[in-house]
Amino acid sequence: MNQIPLSHILFVSTALFFIGMYGLFTRRNMITMLMAVELILNSVNINFIAFNKYLYPEKLEGVFFSLFIIAIAAAEAAVAIAIIINLYRNLHSIDVEAADEMKF
Amino acid sequence: MNAILLSAVWGIVMMFSGIFTTSKTAIRNVAVVGLVLLVLGNYADMIGYHLMTVNVHKMLYFDTFGLLGNLIAFGSTLLYVLLSGRDMEKVGHHLAEYFALIFFVLCGVAIVTTFNTLLMLFLGIEIISIPLYILTGADKRNLKSNEASLKYFLMGAFSTGLMLLGIAFLYGATQTGTFFIDDLWSGKTAVTPLFMAGLLLLLVSMAFKVSAAPFHFWTPDVYDGAPTVFTSFMATIVKVSIFVGFIRLFDEAFGDSQEKWQVFVAIIAAATLFIGNVTAVFQQSVKRMLAYSSIAQAGFMLLALLALNGVAKEGIILYAAAYSIATIGIFAVLIRMKDYTFEGFNGLARQQPVLAATCTIFLLSLAGIPLTGGFFAKYYMLSSVVATGHYLWLVIFAVLCAAVSVYYYFRVIQAMYFKDGDGATEAEPGLGFKGLLVVLAVIVVVLGVWPQSLLGQLSRLIYTW
Repeated sequence: MNQIPLSHILFVSTALFFIGMYGLFTRRNMITMLMAVELILNSVNINFIAFNKYLYPEKLEGVFFSLFIIAIAAAEAAVAIAIIINLYRNLHSIDVEAADEMKF
Repeated sequence: MNAILLSAVWGIVMMFSGIFTTSKTAIRNVAVVGLVLLVLGNYADMIGYHLMTVNVHKMLYFDTFGLLGNLIAFGSTLLYVLLSGRDMEKVGHHLAEYFALIFFVLCGVAIVTTFNTLLMLFLGIEIISIPLYILTGADKRNLKSNEASLKYFLMGAFSTGLMLLGIAFLYGATQTGTFFIDDLWSGKTAVTPLFMAGLLLLLVSMAFKVSAAPFHFWTPDVYDGAPTVFTSFMATIVKVSIFVGFIRLFDEAFGDSQEKWQVFVAIIAAATLFIGNVTAVFQQSVKRMLAYSSIAQAGFMLLALLALNGVAKEGIILYAAAYSIATIGIFAVLIRMKDYTFEGFNGLARQQPVLAATCTIFLLSLAGIPLTGGFFAKYYMLSSVVATGHYLWLVIFAVLCAAVSVYYYFRVIQAMYFKDGDGATEAEPGLGFKGLLVVLAVIVVVLGVWPQSLLGQLSRLIYTW
């Protein structure tokens, strides 16, 4: 079970988190931004599962938490896609640059 | 528990009421009945009567602080629906669904104010946020509303990601392998980097949710773009309840390691006070000014988080009540205005003396002038920081910022009383609307004259029954 050290898995999840963050800040396509958000949430899932498996193998709290995250992420994605479709109907584009009604 | 059950059930009742009736008055009355039930149910919880005995496995903990926060949230929602419920009809055709979403938000509020594990905190915050994304975009044909909702979603999802990463780090740093907030620090003497990283990520994500600087940049756009009725709801009830959860989290979980993170909260509070107040001065639209003013008020509420003593907890409840009621009142008047700029308020005093007079009391309260609730709210915040013995510079800075805030609040008063104009409201406000505004103003004044009596009475009722 312990052939792969915990730090390796944490490295993967941290990399995934920052790939998601990078995607969220650089992409201009709303669907890609949504995917980036999902990447962030899933990287945290990996974190929870890894901590649970390596540090507290006799308990299940971390696994349950990641189940809740998956459910919430699905609800969020449903709302986000509704928002994006609504914007697409009004703007005929899914580029966030097109949504610049409000400037500082 | 009563509040969580009732709000979730009543949200579904509201959705069905949209199927069975098309009468808008009927739908509104169903919502008002639900809110009255919520207030009563929460009160019943306080005096020890429960609708159902649910074993929550200590995941929720119903203490006086959280239940009082609930009571203020539900009470102000009731006032808000009575005042502005009629204006929701103008947003779109789905009145029943808007009310249903508001009830779901209140369910999240009831969880956030009484959570005892980080899992419940996360679920509560998300139950609050997801309906709010929809309410922000409720005006489907309005591009600004759509854009605000997209921005709110992206920022909200990002801060949720940060919060989850923080929780994951804290989970790795506990020795117990549970999410109970009082276990997070137990058995530790030194701060590990993992623990500190988790704490800071939680701090940042909660600061996002309460729109504290430098994580506030979504607030003006979202508050400006969202339909004004829902801005009122977001800026008051939601913000204040998340603050109750924020203080609960840091008090229960990190209270013993306070000196390690106090300096970060002090910096965030100072930045929030400065940015909120100074930017509000330059706004042309009253709606946007109120968005920045809500940031500034969040800066004051952060002082309670910094101090975390008895005075701070009492003060945040008073602040929650004073701030929510005053802001709901101003927004209720603002919704009725034709023009949202400062010029739109010109000469309102001559056209609508009642609206102008009550509005003045609300603005005075927000500015923290004595004899209004806002004064004692601010006083409690400042004295709680003084009681800690450190951070006196922050107290002085906060007082200076409050002085700046007088400028932009008084600009509205000046426009109403000393400038000529027609101060046009969209329609002649009804007698009930005016009466309710007067009631709100009276509450604000009573809070300012006898704050101790109200707080004392509330706690006496709770402990002696």
